[in-house]
Amino acid sequence: MPSDSALRIVWIYPDLLSTYGDQGNALILEQRARKRGIPVETVYVRSADLVPDSGDIYLIGGGEDRPQILAAERLRRDGGLERAIDRGASLLAVCAGYQIMGSVFGGEEGQPVAGLGLLDIESSRGPARAVGELAAEVDTGLGGHMLTGFENHMGVTRLGRGVRPLSRTVVGTGNGDGTEGCHAGKIVGTYLHGPALARNPWLADVFLSWAAGYPLAPIDDTWYDRLRDERLKAVLPR
Amino acid sequence: MTQLPLRAQLASALGRTAATLSRVTGRGDGSVIGGRVGLILEPDLLRKLAADRKLVLVSATNGKTTTTRLITSELQELGEVATNAFGANMPAGHVSALSQAKQAPFAVLEVDEKYLPEVLDTTGASVICLMNLSRDQMDRAAEIWLLAQKWRRALAGKDVHVIANCDDPLVTWGASTASQVTWVSCGQPWKEDSWCCPECGGPLDRKGDDWACRECTFRRPEPTWVLDDDAVIDPRGQRWVLDLRLPGRANRANAAIALATAELFGLPAERALPRLREVTSVAGRYTMVERDGRALRLLLAKNPAGWLEAFEVSDPGLPIILSVNAQGPDGRDTSWLWDVDFRILNGRPVYVTGERRLDLALRLDVAGVPFQLCESFDEAVAAQAPGRVDVIANYTAFQQIRAEFGRAV
Repeated sequence: MPSDSALRIVWIYPDLLSTYGDQGNALILEQRARKRGIPVETVYVRSADLVPDSGDIYLIGGGEDRPQILAAERLRRDGGLERAIDRGASLLAVCAGYQIMGSVFGGEEGQPVAGLGLLDIESSRGPARAVGELAAEVDTGLGGHMLTGFENHMGVTRLGRGVRPLSRTVVGTGNGDGTEGCHAGKIVGTYLHGPALARNPWLADVFLSWAAGYPLAPIDDTWYDRLRDERLKAVLPR
Repeated sequence: MTQLPLRAQLASALGRTAATLSRVTGRGDGSVIGGRVGLILEPDLLRKLAADRKLVLVSATNGKTTTTRLITSELQELGEVATNAFGANMPAGHVSALSQAKQAPFAVLEVDEKYLPEVLDTTGASVICLMNLSRDQMDRAAEIWLLAQKWRRALAGKDVHVIANCDDPLVTWGASTASQVTWVSCGQPWKEDSWCCPECGGPLDRKGDDWACRECTFRRPEPTWVLDDDAVIDPRGQRWVLDLRLPGRANRANAAIALATAELFGLPAERALPRLREVTSVAGRYTMVERDGRALRLLLAKNPAGWLEAFEVSDPGLPIILSVNAQGPDGRDTSWLWDVDFRILNGRPVYVTGERRLDLALRLDVAGVPFQLCESFDEAVAAQAPGRVDVIANYTAFQQIRAEFGRAV
């Protein structure tokens, strides 16, 4: 990140995919960057607009079936996100947005819909909706923390060789095979709301340090830690 | 009203007994259990109880209970009205409401958004009021685009008159298959669920209350009733200053819908309006309660659009207590807190409580709003100086506070 310009967060399609407090992920990145003296600028890109390829961190959220299909079609036509990723930008993709990043996902009648293919995953509709708190052990490559959040989806996601699981589930459904989410390069996909970065500030810092190019100084995490402790205690077996 | 068949009479009577037992044992207000007992004994009870009455169904994400109360109050000008005043808005609650007022020629029923097609089919209601649709408790409620789609299918081909808020694009889309619609312009402060065209997915261009799709022909219909600040303008252009005792913009919007509904029943605004002004609180909402010299005003807000309306009602000069739970009726996912813009509270003393106070605490911390965390509602009240205080709580948090005051409110 050049020191003379602000960190650029790009929130993709809040008009289609922001049903579950997804704005929170952008607000948390902003707060945690500013506390370290990093200036931030957030761009909200609506679905009628072009996705700029000059961002540092891209966010895409959850939503209903029909907006998910519309978002996938528009993003495939647009091409801005793919160019940004090629340039080295990072991406946090949540729930419906996570499925879109794979090669294929299930539409409202279960029909296969083409995704962007930025992640080597395939999603389809599962037999039942997975709803509830989730806790999982994160891949040691990303720091080995506990992942906490709330899932609410009907998706089953199969991970290919090109990605690693984000975590192994202890409580909850996630991808449906004992793992939750995945990551490859600077792309992280997850089913988790909460929002994900509110429950997992370490993950927000992973994105910020990717963008900054250096490890970040710790900040006061009192409220984050108290919420995490409470949620993990509420669901983990004693 | 015609006599009910014997089996339905029995089912209805036993249901009322169960409701009474529930009330006297302090388990609830009895409106759900009574209806359930009745429906087990006679599955067709709702249809039978609804027959031969003039029925209004009221549905929306927010304002159902209050609008139901307002329309009930108006129609009482014409005769007895059966209604589910306690917000029990699924078929068991409807059975219970109709059983308790068997001779009433009118009925006004609040209906859960998801149940609207089923309840319309069963009751054959002739009037439906639809006010707004926005994100709400996504872990258990249906997705709203899907919900509007189901309304469209349910209304198509039925002899029903819909009164709908044309400022809400999704409501407009949901209502527009009905054979007759009275469009009411009563505003839409929360717009985050309607930037895209429900018909084609294209972008909606919005200017004030008006909206139109940039890519297809779907656009806001011309309203015949208009909420204009503190007044409602009727189809003849006459302006009726509302002067309600219920506070806030949202209630003026509910009143606009209620006035348009009254006219369908031949009740002119000059007779309906005094009835609306008699309503002072609805199931504890907007009530002022006293404790140790503190006067607490109780506001209920269940979702981001509701919080926006509650902030509008609350007094920026007063301290405010916020209480949030995440039990089943609240939605177990607290992510919605991040859709609420709490920065409006900056400058007010803010007290945070409820079972999910830590979710709220982090939310306020990130919004840069200073607050004090309280382990209980009592602690939050005790922290106040004598005088007025606003309280905003979500569903079960609100019920817990009401219970502390003995449901006297």
